[in-house]
Amino acid sequence: MQFDSLAAVWSMNGHGPFVWSAYAIAAVTLLALVWAPLHKQRRFFAEQRDNERRRQLSQRTAPPSAEIANSSERTVS
Amino acid sequence: MSPSLNQSRPSLSFFDKLRALPLALFHKLGSPRWFYWISGKWLPWLAVLTAVLLIGGSVWGLLYAPQDFRQGNSFRIIYIHVPASMLAMAGYVLMAICGAISLIWRMKLAEVAMKCAAPIGAALTFVALVTGSIWGKPTWGTWWVWDARITSVLVLFFLYMGVIALYEAFENKQAAAKACAVLSLVGVVNIPIIYWSVEWWFSLHQPATLKIIGKSTMAPSMLYPLLVMMIGFYCFYALVLFLHMRSEILQRERSTQWVRDLITGGNGN
Repeated sequence: MQFDSLAAVWSMNGHGPFVWSAYAIAAVTLLALVWAPLHKQRRFFAEQRDNERRRQLSQRTAPPSAEIANSSERTVS
Repeated sequence: MSPSLNQSRPSLSFFDKLRALPLALFHKLGSPRWFYWISGKWLPWLAVLTAVLLIGGSVWGLLYAPQDFRQGNSFRIIYIHVPASMLAMAGYVLMAICGAISLIWRMKLAEVAMKCAAPIGAALTFVALVTGSIWGKPTWGTWWVWDARITSVLVLFFLYMGVIALYEAFENKQAAAKACAVLSLVGVVNIPIIYWSVEWWFSLHQPATLKIIGKSTMAPSMLYPLLVMMIGFYCFYALVLFLHMRSEILQRERSTQWVRDLITGGNGN
């Protein structure tokens, strides 16, 4: 260990703000690079499952024969 | 049947198979589905390795490496600045190679890799520029100088941004990929300029501390954490490129059966 105390680690003989800010910016950027595709992928799966559910639901509630009746109902009302 | 026709269909010899092997491998590597599957197996190991190397290397470099006799503690920025700069350049070469492969052989996976390498490279170039600027203040007394090394790295950043913008500008993604491949190939000329800029022109920037051929001008106690960080950054690059490519593959292949199975199967990994 090159430093005697936590305060010395923080200040680094006056160079602390430079060193720590450089490391902080690098850490944030690298973490963002990991987070972005994971977030995109999670959203993709959520969206696709949602679409799938909606498609199945519409198939169940409106079979092809009932669809015509439904549409005529809608035009009447 | 004429004898010549019989001869045209001989059984495959060992050497024929050997010759066919690269092509078979090429086809397999070109399959997005295969890539998605194999990269999924590697990801956890790569993630652990990257985390251990980067955290270990940072702690080593920040707390245990001796300070530089001339630059003091500010030199500790080297442990992120140098690996980030290296990967920013290596990433560009990778992007250009993938661009060339997608142009010549129309390999889908190479196109995906090229597209995904651009934002990663831009982010790493950004890290290199910002950490370099922060390091410059206590060392040279200025945040920025328009010298050859720094300016050529700024050009690298703009090249990456150019590839991203160009890809987004096209409605037709096939044309977009072709244009981006050409741009990244043309931009490769910048890489040797960056590399040798500190020797070709007078510069405030110090010359390379690490040399592939010849002795490094760095004490081992300072050098070892740097090597750990470099390997860590390479692993990080692979990890992040895989993550971006997997996400991109899912988007592109969303109407194929294997992606539909992934969606309905419940495990979104």
